[in-house]
Amino acid sequence: MTTAIAVSGLVKDFGSRTRALDHLDLRVEAGEVHGFLGPNGAGKTTTIRVLLGMLRADGGHVELLGGDPWRDAVALHRRLAYVPGEVNLWPNLTGGEVIDLLGELRGTLDASRREELVERFQLDPTKKIRAYSKGNRQKVALVAAFSSEVELYLLDEPTSGLDPLMEAVFQDVVQELRADGRSILLSSHILSEVEALCDRVTIIRAGRAAESGTFDDLRHLTRTSVVVDTTRPLEPVTRWPGVHDARVHGGHAEFSVDPGELNRVLGHLVDLEVRSMVTSPPTLEELFLRHYDEDIAGRGAGAVAEVVRAR
Amino acid sequence: MSGFTGTMRLVRLALRRDRITLPAWTLGMAAFLAATTAMFEDSYTKHPELLAPDTQIVVENPGMRVLGLVTGPTVGGYTMHRDGLTLAVLAALMSVFAVVRHTRQSEELGREEMLGAGVVGRYASIGAAVIVALAANLVLAGLLGLGMIVAGQPVTGSLVAGISIALVGVAFTGVAAVTSQLASTTRGATGLAAAALGASFLLAATGNMLGTVDSAALRVTSAWPAWLSPIGWSQQMRPFADNLWWPAGLSALALGLLTSGAVLLAGRRDVGRGMWPERRGAARARPSLLSPSGLVWRLQRGALLGWAIGLVGFGLVFGALSEQIGGLEGAATEWYAAFGGDADLLGAYWASMMQVAGLAVAAYVVTLLLRLHHDEAQGTLEPVLGTAVSRLRWLSAYAVNALVGAALLVLLFAVAMVIAGGMVLGDTPSLLRDLVGAALVQLPAIAVLGAAVLALVMLLPRWSVGLSWVLVVFAIFVGPMFGPSLGLPSWLMDLSPFSHVPNAPAVSISPGPVVALVAVCAALAGVATLAMRRRDLALPA
Repeated sequence: MTTAIAVSGLVKDFGSRTRALDHLDLRVEAGEVHGFLGPNGAGKTTTIRVLLGMLRADGGHVELLGGDPWRDAVALHRRLAYVPGEVNLWPNLTGGEVIDLLGELRGTLDASRREELVERFQLDPTKKIRAYSKGNRQKVALVAAFSSEVELYLLDEPTSGLDPLMEAVFQDVVQELRADGRSILLSSHILSEVEALCDRVTIIRAGRAAESGTFDDLRHLTRTSVVVDTTRPLEPVTRWPGVHDARVHGGHAEFSVDPGELNRVLGHLVDLEVRSMVTSPPTLEELFLRHYDEDIAGRGAGAVAEVVRAR
Repeated sequence: MSGFTGTMRLVRLALRRDRITLPAWTLGMAAFLAATTAMFEDSYTKHPELLAPDTQIVVENPGMRVLGLVTGPTVGGYTMHRDGLTLAVLAALMSVFAVVRHTRQSEELGREEMLGAGVVGRYASIGAAVIVALAANLVLAGLLGLGMIVAGQPVTGSLVAGISIALVGVAFTGVAAVTSQLASTTRGATGLAAAALGASFLLAATGNMLGTVDSAALRVTSAWPAWLSPIGWSQQMRPFADNLWWPAGLSALALGLLTSGAVLLAGRRDVGRGMWPERRGAARARPSLLSPSGLVWRLQRGALLGWAIGLVGFGLVFGALSEQIGGLEGAATEWYAAFGGDADLLGAYWASMMQVAGLAVAAYVVTLLLRLHHDEAQGTLEPVLGTAVSRLRWLSAYAVNALVGAALLVLLFAVAMVIAGGMVLGDTPSLLRDLVGAALVQLPAIAVLGAAVLALVMLLPRWSVGLSWVLVVFAIFVGPMFGPSLGLPSWLMDLSPFSHVPNAPAVSISPGPVVALVAVCAALAGVATLAMRRRDLALPA
């Protein structure tokens, strides 16, 4: 089996008015760490709940570890671990009790790994859940999930409450799991984390997969930004095909270039006698904001768009 | 800025949040009282000669005196004896829920922190909660009085009756203000206040039971324990007869003292904590916790313990009464005769007490099973179903705990009655055999109600809590406790599962109704299971 998650054309409606997932495609290969990005309300949590058999798909095809998540939920859940986005636990149980309980219910708790993780995440397992902060509740859920040696980990914004130190521990653990050949679906808003950990990403917007691929794939689809100083005036830049958002000031210009036009633009620049030049590939943040941007522009707000262009 | 700055703003917020809840409580109670008053008015207008003997029944019978205090033969007084305790408990619960909702619960959910960061004093939420609960009780007093006036009762008596019930709510407003400071959780604060309510009932009941009866058997004078209880103070106002006002001062005084106490406590503790510090717990789970049923057991064992203590207490009291019941004569025996025939007065008494216990245990089962809905709505279900636990296994964990808990509670009640009854009557072994059978025969009816709650949770999750309690109240009021005296038609009474419980030990247990109840229970459980498999989980966003 080489595919951990295969979702195609997934539709999920809530009532007759709200379409949460609109023909979503998502493919996670076995052994990869897959980033799942998208603005709030794009349908990330809904997708994960369909993958767990908590919600029933209204259309499309969903396959998880080779099975049907609605029909074979229990059998499949033995082979995966899940960290919910909002960690709701029983306030009068201690963290240690919850870790043991969830591991036992999954059936795959590794006691020595549990000890190690409690240590690494610096969790006090004797406190009651209601006495934990949000970050510490999240640590309970993470230790509970990572204490199980399973094929697939579904992590829904698992680090939104962690401090930078614990974030680093989380990234270490995920790297170890990847080296060990486990599959991970990581929904996140922390782009540096996704960039550091993920082999491929899917960007979801309004219930659809807007883009999917490796970072290199995505970058090839996106403009390169250029900052250049030349001896001769740079005014003609604005007229070259493939150049966008140009800001020219005598012999100094900042602009972005369509991927197919970069070589030709470089040729033109050489004619103007380049003195210094910096080109940078688009960051994940820019990729991501481009999709957010379209989303927000569609709703008629312009503030974020300005910020993006100013970069 | 004083400690009470912002109180009135919080009052407006609380009224906005409670705009459906509180009117539903007050109107529901008033409608219930008006309807039953009209029924008794109608029946005693047709047969005025029965009023005095019926009053004597409840005066002479210590088991009936538990329900209230009788002062002379009046329709209003008789109605208050039948409805008074129910209404007093409901008024107390309405007030406790309201106060806890706006103090401890809003702290537990972190809302208090957001409010406290604004221009809001330390004591504003206590002040607002008490004001809102008092306003609700004021409206309740008016509506209850109006209900009785509309049903044809004298104006003064009706108003005193309404106020006497609302004063129980007033006293428990103060109780809940204090328990909200002591406990650090909503459940704990409500539980403590409920325990105080139980104690208050026991004191009033004991006081009336041990009270003295006048020569005409129409008036009871309570013994001293009744004077230690807000429910007792309410009854001492004796509406429709003496119409005394001064016992109202005791409730008002209690509210003042308790609220001041709550303010004092609030000044000495941190927001989000109770007076009792949070203890640490085990770093590792015991093996007994590591299954769905183990988890459910752990989550509800505190509540079960509270119910067990209450039922054992009532069992001992009612068991000890057996001797007095055995010595009853005249009119007082008629009520029990309807239950089990003249031949076995004691058996009929025990059967009726077992049915009361059965109703109480049914309420426990419903609160437990509704946690299924809360697990789902609050999201604690998500991590469990994310593991290798099927929906059916989760449902079964609750069903098993409900059944075991119910069996435990009815048996504890029976054993307590046997212990106390055996001491006064002798012949403990045969009493044990009779009462254990009578206890177990309650379980099928309780299970039917439980299965109906499961079906509601699975079919109509959003409405399940309200509908389940409507179902409980319906099953109680058309059942054998109230149905016959309300003169309800038999087809209506047949709709309550409790109408089909054999009146053991007065009547021998026949398998027919028991089998039928089990069949209905199985059918409802089947509906619940099917619905559960088909639908989406209603998890929080």
